[in-house]
Amino acid sequence: MKKTVITLATGALLAGLAFAGSAFAQDYPTKPITVVVPFSAGGPTDTVARLVAEVMSKDLGQQVVVQNVGGAGGTLGAGQVATAPNDGYTLLLHHIGMSTAPTLYRSLPYDPTKDFAPIGLITSVPMTLVARKDFEPTTLAELMDYIKANGENVTYAHAGIGSASQLCGMLLMDALDTQMTTVPYQGAGPAMTDIIGGQIDMICDQSTNTTSQIKAGEVKAYGVTTPERLANLPDLPTTKEGGLDLEIGVWHGLYAPAGTDAAIITKLETALQAALADETVISRFAELGTVPVTADQATPAALAETLTSQIALWKGVIEKAGVYAD
Amino acid sequence: MDIIASLGLGFSVALDPMNILYCFIGVLLGTLVGVLPGIGPTATIAMLLPITFSLSPAGALIMLAGIYYGAQYGGSTTAILINLPGESSSAVTAIDGYQMAKQGRAGPALATAALGSFFAGTVGTLLLAFFAPPLARAALNFGAPEYFALIVLGLLVSIALAHGSILKALAMIVLGLLLGMVGQDIYTGQPRFTFGIRELYSGLNFVSVAVGIFGVAEILRNLENEKGRDVMVKAVKNLWLTKDDFKRIAAPVVRGTVLGSVLGILPGGGHILASFASYSAEKRLSKHPEEFGHGAIEGVAGPESANNAAAQTSFIPLMTLGIPAHPVMALMVGAFILQGITPGPNVINDQPALFWGIIASMWIGNVMLVLLNLPLIGLWVKMLSIPYRALFPAIVLFACIGCYSINQNIYDVYAIGFFGVVGYVLMRFGCEPAPLLLGFVLGPLLEEHLRRAMIISRGDPTVFITRPISATLLGLAVLAVVIAVLPSIRKKRKEVFVEED
Repeated sequence: MKKTVITLATGALLAGLAFAGSAFAQDYPTKPITVVVPFSAGGPTDTVARLVAEVMSKDLGQQVVVQNVGGAGGTLGAGQVATAPNDGYTLLLHHIGMSTAPTLYRSLPYDPTKDFAPIGLITSVPMTLVARKDFEPTTLAELMDYIKANGENVTYAHAGIGSASQLCGMLLMDALDTQMTTVPYQGAGPAMTDIIGGQIDMICDQSTNTTSQIKAGEVKAYGVTTPERLANLPDLPTTKEGGLDLEIGVWHGLYAPAGTDAAIITKLETALQAALADETVISRFAELGTVPVTADQATPAALAETLTSQIALWKGVIEKAGVYAD
Repeated sequence: MDIIASLGLGFSVALDPMNILYCFIGVLLGTLVGVLPGIGPTATIAMLLPITFSLSPAGALIMLAGIYYGAQYGGSTTAILINLPGESSSAVTAIDGYQMAKQGRAGPALATAALGSFFAGTVGTLLLAFFAPPLARAALNFGAPEYFALIVLGLLVSIALAHGSILKALAMIVLGLLLGMVGQDIYTGQPRFTFGIRELYSGLNFVSVAVGIFGVAEILRNLENEKGRDVMVKAVKNLWLTKDDFKRIAAPVVRGTVLGSVLGILPGGGHILASFASYSAEKRLSKHPEEFGHGAIEGVAGPESANNAAAQTSFIPLMTLGIPAHPVMALMVGAFILQGITPGPNVINDQPALFWGIIASMWIGNVMLVLLNLPLIGLWVKMLSIPYRALFPAIVLFACIGCYSINQNIYDVYAIGFFGVVGYVLMRFGCEPAPLLLGFVLGPLLEEHLRRAMIISRGDPTVFITRPISATLLGLAVLAVVIAVLPSIRKKRKEVFVEED
């Protein structure tokens, strides 16, 4: 009898909790939502976040605030969200670095697959191979031959440990089976300055940073690393067309801390999909040389799959290059 | 399009009533955040980015630019009044500016800073309007070896920052260099002096170190003895410059403007050197070098003009090439992109109204700043009559909030406390904080450019003397050392350096 009472009480309590939980999820959001961007304000990832957050605010009826928590290659901000309350009010917008961190950092205090609940992919920013304008090779084929022939005499700039340009450089050297002299910079801006100034030979960087320089003829462009050509640089061939086995896009995803209520995730997913179909977002993304992902990609399943496969891919590449960040 | 027509177009945009309003809001906000220690233009612009969504591109960028150069005006205020620099550039202003304030000459110091900044801002804007594209081209000749040579030269001549023992000054520079090493090595990713704390991977925050070493240390010293406490300002003699003051500041303002304009154009960190270099130059050229460190008005006029000129000309690489010279300019890039404009070499042709509008607004902004700041001098000086026990805790609190707001990193706040204690100990040993900050700011740049130059040259050190600009700069550095070592001059130097011992 007593046991039954306890069971009933427990059952009622659990039901009550479950009810409270879903009621809570139904009201969500009742206060502003913070999206942590693990990089400083003004960069490409921050820009993506602000454009998306602006539209999601309208859809969710609550302000979506971008908060920049920079440092340690994006692992500080991601680590903060990993341990944040999983109530849907603290989210993370991170790029490809989410998948490289587990290999680059041998002592990472969080697990990208276990500590986060994926919400959806956002965009994949293409990368472009560019060089100083008086660099000898003129086509992608010539560039490949030149790098193979000159190896370490070719200087390759990148924006710092764990940056997209460093990753692309690793892939390039891997594909050509050669080594270049890699020169780290503190961010993409200074690296681009030295390319334009002819101080250094080449870089593979996000189209966000290179498009205006390519259009102005300040740098020589060889190829874009996506399967299709870019709408705003239609004359630039893809790496595939040029016979280079190099495909990389700086994909961005939105995450919540693990254990976030499924109803909340669904609400966020819907808001994200709406934001990615928004006219302003599409046109601003076009300025950045990128397009929002399709609605079927802005889903938890698609992001989870991308994350898992990318972690495996980069584990191989990074371990082979022997580059670590701690 | 010729320059007159272009400027005409620019002024037609900048004089639009709404744009004048945004410009005013920008410079007003800039002045305020410049005055509040800790809350710098970086944090302010980052916080205001979302608001700029709803503005026109010209209005948004005019306002954000105003915040940046407005902060250069305001930043000197706390440096002068309470020895608390909010930016690396105003650390130099604090040396003589605070001494002037202690002598009751806070008014003239602030007026000098405002007038010098206005002159420098005007010249910088004119340079931007007339010569931006060729200047940006010329700056691109600076590669890693040239920056390395420039910073070596800067460090060597800046020994003049010290006005006590030269040995202590060197020790402080070395300590600063070491503190600058904290964080992740950008070349190998190796964490250095981080003690396993991830929050230290990005290094120590300049504002935390400066607020601790200058501000908190000063508070601790004042706690020593109730009776010995400095009454901040004896009596404020006058708020305005005398005829003699005007004579003394004229040449330093012009020299500072030239130095600052040139250094500001270099996107690799030249602007950081501007105020340090100007102070050193003024001390060398002065007929009364012994006054430096004891309230020499030239020591305020030169560096303040230099840093404002550099602030203005650091827009040149951004506006003409789309490359940011420092974090604030990187934020401006973000602001451009949010407005749907990708900054780059084509902006000047594709968006002439925007390009010239921003330039014209800068001059209008500088006029507003001087009109805003001169009447405010009286108000700022009155701030010193706030009881010490209320003023200082409030300022430290603001500084903590400001430091925390930049990166939401609690270690930036801990650093204020830690460096407060460090600064107090150093003060007791008679060590100057300014050389430490110089080492802290320039050390990482020195290492970054040295190693980059060596990587690009594939380990060949002759790169520093085979490239003409780098060779010339290093030659000047050697010359500076030789002059310092020559016996006859050394005798004179002794008089300069040892007067405090």
